[in-house]
Amino acid sequence: MEHLEQFRQEVRNWLEENCPPSMRTPLVPEEEVWGGRNAEYVNPESKLWLERMGEKGWTAPNLPKEYGGGGLDRDQTKVLHQELYRIKARPALNSFGIWMLAPCIIEFGSEEQKREHLPKIIKGEIRWCQGYSEPGSGSDLASLSTKAEDMGDHYLVNGQKVWTSYADKADWIFALVRTGPKEPKHNGISFLLIDMATEGVSTKPITLISGKSPFCETFFDNVKAPKENLVGVENSGWTIAKKLLQHERNFISNFGLAGGGTGSGADVVNIAKKYLGESNGQIANPAQRENITLHKMKEHAFGLTLQRSGDEGAKASAASSMFKYYGTEHNKDRYELMIAAMGNKGLGWTHEGFSDDEQAITKAWLRTKANSIEGGTSEVQLNVISRRVLDLPN
Amino acid sequence: MKLILTEEQKFLKDTAQSFARDKTPVTHFRELRDSDNGQCWDKTVWQEMVDLGWSGILVPEKFGGSEFGMAGISVIMQELGKTLTPSPMLSTSVLGVSAINMLGSDEQKDNYLPKIVAGELTTALAIDEGNHHDPFAIEANAVLDGDKWVLNGKKVFVVDGASADLILIVARTSGKSGESNGISVFAANHENAGLDITKIATADSRNYANIEMSDLKLDQNALLGDQDLAGETLEKILDLGRIAISAEMLGNTEEAFEVTINYLKERKQFGVQIGSFQALQHRAATMFCEIELTKSAVIAAMHAADENSNELERLASLAKFQAGETLHLVSNEAIQMHGGIGVTDEYDIGFYLKRARVAEQIFGTSEFHQARYADISGF
Repeated sequence: MEHLEQFRQEVRNWLEENCPPSMRTPLVPEEEVWGGRNAEYVNPESKLWLERMGEKGWTAPNLPKEYGGGGLDRDQTKVLHQELYRIKARPALNSFGIWMLAPCIIEFGSEEQKREHLPKIIKGEIRWCQGYSEPGSGSDLASLSTKAEDMGDHYLVNGQKVWTSYADKADWIFALVRTGPKEPKHNGISFLLIDMATEGVSTKPITLISGKSPFCETFFDNVKAPKENLVGVENSGWTIAKKLLQHERNFISNFGLAGGGTGSGADVVNIAKKYLGESNGQIANPAQRENITLHKMKEHAFGLTLQRSGDEGAKASAASSMFKYYGTEHNKDRYELMIAAMGNKGLGWTHEGFSDDEQAITKAWLRTKANSIEGGTSEVQLNVISRRVLDLPN
Repeated sequence: MKLILTEEQKFLKDTAQSFARDKTPVTHFRELRDSDNGQCWDKTVWQEMVDLGWSGILVPEKFGGSEFGMAGISVIMQELGKTLTPSPMLSTSVLGVSAINMLGSDEQKDNYLPKIVAGELTTALAIDEGNHHDPFAIEANAVLDGDKWVLNGKKVFVVDGASADLILIVARTSGKSGESNGISVFAANHENAGLDITKIATADSRNYANIEMSDLKLDQNALLGDQDLAGETLEKILDLGRIAISAEMLGNTEEAFEVTINYLKERKQFGVQIGSFQALQHRAATMFCEIELTKSAVIAAMHAADENSNELERLASLAKFQAGETLHLVSNEAIQMHGGIGVTDEYDIGFYLKRARVAEQIFGTSEFHQARYADISGF
């Protein structure tokens, strides 16, 4: 414990000297940092903060030092997070590379790949995107058909990916490709890293029902990917893919639950009182008050369940399926209740006749419809619970 | 507040689990139902529970109890709920003890609590008067006449009322029906003249009575606590009862669910296990989620009671609501998923449905607690 306290003091001193003042103020969306070759910094202190944290390896505190990580153990990582939280520091870097790819490179990558890619991920020099889903392969991801043909020193990649978040801004993509067309579907997949600047790669943004989005389609037209960019063994990429999905699912359920990623943290009770009016301090419409109460009670019980899971120190991917399922369905419900409470004010599309907050809620309502689809649909989560928790037969 | 059990509470839960498995499997309940045992629970079994200290879990040490708290008693209720074990735990160990301990004078505590701990005295809380739980809708009245209280009125659906030695009667000493003020609680021996106790036969084959007071005369020391002022404490006593029965309902739910899942794995139709059908799998997975939420609500409520949290009322209502909703769902689905065998008396699963609906009514349905939660939360 003593060395931990000493470590805490070191962290505190370092942050005091190195965390720029504006990085201790609440984050504004346009100053979010994702790094990469083409990164633009609205606030120069964001860049400075990333460079300093990246140099320390504290953007990825638990990754090994030899690859540029912080080399901290669990307890030290926790202390670092506590200290960052204490001064309300902004995240130095948002990164699919750190959240999803790096753990897989550590586990499955070659020594050369670790030395080549990890330091650039950790310093935020290279921004990554994920090439998994395809137009014909959503929930049945393993049916994917983007093919990579063995041409001796390289693979020739042809096909299309979809739902690649920020593909138009990313420098590299980690993609699942079919290298074994004759093998059973799970056994012919490989995990391939591709530089987005390679000739034949193109992207096209996707507009959602909620408007602009980070999602893109990504096309591969005779793209040459050097053989050394294969992670792990040819045709055994599915194992890596599954591991990575777990990292992703954990990440999404946090995102979905807090109402994050959906624009507005507005409370449904306050919204209802504002737009339906109050009678004796109560939401004036009894039927809507009843629906909202049910929702809030479920939310309370769900929140207690998250807390209990933490208190029990639960591990298991089964729990993450339950949280993903319940959290995203609940979030959809919240926005349905919210626009219902707002009446015709909940239906705004642009500023003509609607405030910024009102439009944001309408857009967020539409965006939540994807919560129970992305990262594994609700139905897939229920399958996982049935099979892995309840042990029901196939 | 950590939402886990202490070692002591885990130990109690394990003990209760073995007890229920060895001494009171569901066959025990079936035998009681089919017998002419009018009190619907078994004296020998109750004495064994008493010997384990379960009658005194909420009783202060100085009156012979263990003070293991609501968490202690709730984990026992949960395990007993799994095998539908009937006992005076709720009526006596939770409600009777709490009422006497929270309202009574030292003399009254000294008079009753050690006897309860020893298994010599059981109690029943007579509160409801109408078709629905409504704790302040009290019309039964008590008037002081000389040195005697005189009670008139009627009570319905009194849990364990048909067997209790001591009836704790909620009566109005001032004000009008619906008001919290003006409510008092009296302790009456079940043999008192003027007390007419009629056992009612409910679908769950447990012990309930309707009670009529016609010029029931009680000594002044029958009044528990202060005249007119029992309302607020009564809410707290009821909350403890609500938490305890929520824990029992969680146990009912867990067992009905497990039996059903096992059935889905055994039963074959169309040449395959019916549990391989997605139509059933998704409903099972949904139930799993609701059960997890119920566990969390119950454990939070029992710890809140022990920590005297100001969230107690909200959490008690949340627990009773969530336990009621989930048991309702699971008891219905359990029958449906069992198919034909599920609606036969020979098979145990129907017992859980019958118990479910009665337990849902006791101390407020989900709708009652939804309304209460909304009011407390200021929605």
